[in-house]
Amino acid sequence: MEYLLTIITFVPLLGVVLIMLIPREEERTIKNIAIGLSFIPLLLATYLWFAFEKGGPAFQFELLAPWIPSLNINYHVGADGLSVPLVFLTTLLTTLCLVYSSYTIKVRVKEFFLLFLLLEMGMIGVFISLDLVLFYVFWEIGLVPMYLMIGIWGQPKDRPQYSAIKFFLYTLAGSVFMLLAILGLYFFHNTFDIVELSQGLGRGNVLGPVFAGNSTYAILAFWAFFIPFAIKVPLWPFHTWLPDAHTAAPTAGSVILAGVLLKLGAFGMLRIALPIFPEQFQFYSWNVPIIPILALFSIVYGALVCMAQWDLKRLIAYSSVSHMGYVMLGISAAAAGWGVNAFREAAAMASNGAALQMFNHGIITGGLFFLVGVIYERAHTRDLALMSPTGEPVRDADGKVIPAFGGLGKMTPYYYGLFLVTAFASLGLPGLAGFWAEFFVFRGAFEIMPWFAAIGILGIIVTAAYILWKIVQYVFLGEFDAERWKAISHGAILTDVMAFEKATLWPLVVFMIGFGVYPTPLVDFFNDFAQKLFGG
Amino acid sequence: MTTGETLRLLSPELLLLVTGLAVLIVDLVWRDEREEKTVWVPAVALIGLGLALLATIWLWGTEPTPVLAMMAVDPFALFFKVIAIVTVMLVIVAAVPYLQGRTPFRGEFYALLVFAGLAITLASSATTLISIYLAMEFLSITSYVMAGYLRDLKSSEAGIKYFLYGAITSAIMLYGMSLLYGASGTISLQGIAQTLSAPDQWIRWTGVTAIVLMLAGFAFKIVLAPFHQWAPDTYEGAPTPVTAFLSVGSKAAGFAILMRVFYSGMPAFRDGLGWQAFLMALSIVSMALGNLIALRQTNIKRMLAYSSIGHAGYIIIGFITLVPNVDNAFLGINGSLFYILAYLFTNLAVFGGVIAFEAATGNTEIADYRGLVKRSPMLAGVILLGLLSLAGIPGTGGFLGKFFVFGSALRINTPQTFALAIVGVVTSAIAAYYYLNVARYMFFERADDEAPAVAVPVGAQIGLLVAAAGIVIVGLYPQPFIQFVTDSIQMIGTLL
Repeated sequence: MEYLLTIITFVPLLGVVLIMLIPREEERTIKNIAIGLSFIPLLLATYLWFAFEKGGPAFQFELLAPWIPSLNINYHVGADGLSVPLVFLTTLLTTLCLVYSSYTIKVRVKEFFLLFLLLEMGMIGVFISLDLVLFYVFWEIGLVPMYLMIGIWGQPKDRPQYSAIKFFLYTLAGSVFMLLAILGLYFFHNTFDIVELSQGLGRGNVLGPVFAGNSTYAILAFWAFFIPFAIKVPLWPFHTWLPDAHTAAPTAGSVILAGVLLKLGAFGMLRIALPIFPEQFQFYSWNVPIIPILALFSIVYGALVCMAQWDLKRLIAYSSVSHMGYVMLGISAAAAGWGVNAFREAAAMASNGAALQMFNHGIITGGLFFLVGVIYERAHTRDLALMSPTGEPVRDADGKVIPAFGGLGKMTPYYYGLFLVTAFASLGLPGLAGFWAEFFVFRGAFEIMPWFAAIGILGIIVTAAYILWKIVQYVFLGEFDAERWKAISHGAILTDVMAFEKATLWPLVVFMIGFGVYPTPLVDFFNDFAQKLFGG
Repeated sequence: MTTGETLRLLSPELLLLVTGLAVLIVDLVWRDEREEKTVWVPAVALIGLGLALLATIWLWGTEPTPVLAMMAVDPFALFFKVIAIVTVMLVIVAAVPYLQGRTPFRGEFYALLVFAGLAITLASSATTLISIYLAMEFLSITSYVMAGYLRDLKSSEAGIKYFLYGAITSAIMLYGMSLLYGASGTISLQGIAQTLSAPDQWIRWTGVTAIVLMLAGFAFKIVLAPFHQWAPDTYEGAPTPVTAFLSVGSKAAGFAILMRVFYSGMPAFRDGLGWQAFLMALSIVSMALGNLIALRQTNIKRMLAYSSIGHAGYIIIGFITLVPNVDNAFLGINGSLFYILAYLFTNLAVFGGVIAFEAATGNTEIADYRGLVKRSPMLAGVILLGLLSLAGIPGTGGFLGKFFVFGSALRINTPQTFALAIVGVVTSAIAAYYYLNVARYMFFERADDEAPAVAVPVGAQIGLLVAAAGIVIVGLYPQPFIQFVTDSIQMIGTLL
């Protein structure tokens, strides 16, 4: 049993090796092997979901084996209430992406599937690592396949090469400082073990305060961890790589970027930054509230920028900035309530909300990017309005913008239906998954930092505005104009969702509705984590 | 010591000497024969090198022993012998297809490479000022000849530039050595260390002057800024296998000598205004300058020249921050050795790819690598792995090398070493840009439609795969290698 997590992580690597051995002309075989193998981690992650014992030990399926004994680096993995749903999310989205890509990726098939499985290994590895060096290795290994994926399969007009290197350098520049902080922790505490270094996570305070209370070291190290995580989340003002990378990446790449890669940053906050540096995190969330202010900027600024976008994919990319801002608001509220008895319940609530938002955003925004892919595959454009060559929307005599699509609701009702569910889940409609996350975040944050929560609510309003006005109205409502469609799509036939698209979208929609109506199974996981972290 | 024992201790060197001579004779005998037989010339060299490697491994575990009053066999020397022999082997494997059609004098080339390897093994063992100087000159002279081997304009420029710089720095270094001899009255490093163990003010200044002057020679070999000016032109003009050799083997020899002279011969001159301070300055300048200028290069050999300046700056951090006794594995100097070991595989993977590409197409511009993944996926894959290791991405040996040296810098916990670590990580993030630029051409850009596949001969493929496997194994299963480098810091006549 202790090998379960290891198998989930490294089955994709086996796939990488297998695909490497197959000649590149055998595209069908490559696709089948990749998809088939990706079901193994998915099924095992499903098993993990049910086998995980809530209220049991903090970390289960734990494995501790020496890796580099002379440096005291261990292969230490384990799953807790935070990582089980995220591992499941990763394996689910990977399988869906592979299925989707097997129909849409036409060039360099071998490389694509090989890189995607490598990426899956890196992402799962981050979620299960309990050793800082192991965490760092997985954290960075994912960079390379994502970099290649954006650069190779990006559309030329989206500047894929620029976006790819920007993505890589932003992440790398942040994380090299994390490496120094990891080494600093080691020289002070003589361990790389995340559980031992944490103050919380169910094992109590083994090594005393971090850096034995030396506040200069602790503050430097805290920011050295926080900034790379914030870049990945991404927190305003570290977000500028995101719209470029999301827009340029192929559909499956965008799905996995938004669905899982952003979660790595937020996961790092909850797994490392908060448990190892609770006093510092609290200081910058409460006494000097830099972190909640940045979170609010992300929420409101991200949403406002969405209002100004005319590229549907870029719009959804910016909506991720806004939605991940809720995650950061929840985490900083939880950090502000750290160790304060009166706030214990509220802190756990805010942390639950942040974690729920991580999972739900993965499903919802993953779905949105798939949906954008659907229209892009048909029209080969994602512009919401007719655009002039200078990149400005064309206006008619009344100064109104002319929608590029419009009226798709009548032409492709199936697509309209799936899109509506996902879009409403994204704006937090009660009864769909997105609602609970926002509810928990604001419920927790309101008790701890009411003013910040109040400002954060604005984001929800703007979100509703851009989703209803920019997406639903411009794409689906109004009259369908066959001439205009012919002009923008260069004569492509408008078909409704095809079977493989349904197959990728339905699982996500089912989860949106399922966890919207009955979120308890998911909340139980995150609450298990939060109760242990905040000392229930 | 019996003659037999001396011969045993010198067996790697003797085997290399015999190998070099055997290559010359075989080449002489088969010179006018048909082409098939000429493959035996490098084969003889490889067999001899393999035997020398076995002899070195056989000597592993011997207590530090002085030999012939001017050399020593200790783990430190044996480590560099392994590095030298493996480097020469991989370079020869890569050179075989490269030399075909470029020069008729291939036999001499292999012999020169073997002799250069012999020079490094001698340099790593040398324990007196004279033997050190002779070994370095031996290495330099073989290198000058190899750099100018192709007789075209660029190669000649490379050779002559290397020679002029080398001659001057070697003279300056010799002057520094003579000051050291004058101050101590002995040429033996151990003798110098004992005589100058408590220097008064005048001796101190003489020692500092000697350090500065000798550094000119050492830094020239290691390619530390500001003694690097020869490197870009020589790296670009020299036959590419020679460039590969210079960037790994010759550099390692420089490190071996620098570490031995300073650590075993001048321990009293470390702190204050001593070699530690000078090396820190050289390290920071090298990391910054090498990595920044590399950003603008369009020729891959020039780019790798500047990158190798940066890496020299990283490697030396370990030596700067060495501490003999701490309760963890970050001893500093073993970080340097680990980095050299990882760098050997990394740089030879990249250079192996560059050599194979040049052998097939004749091109060395980075832009020529566009679409390489289509023309030879294996070549592109190995080069990418090497570049990622150079950039220090986890999972590769290059990452652990950086982990080790930056860790040593942080462990010392002084503002100066903290600055070294900060400059180190910032420049390695910058360096990722120009390494990935090559990856960008290889993977993102399209090859011209009529560009043929790049054929890589089987021998060169094996060499590439060995180097690639080395990168991954050192990166993912480093324990035995850490053990190896930590055992290797044992140097005769020091506390370690």
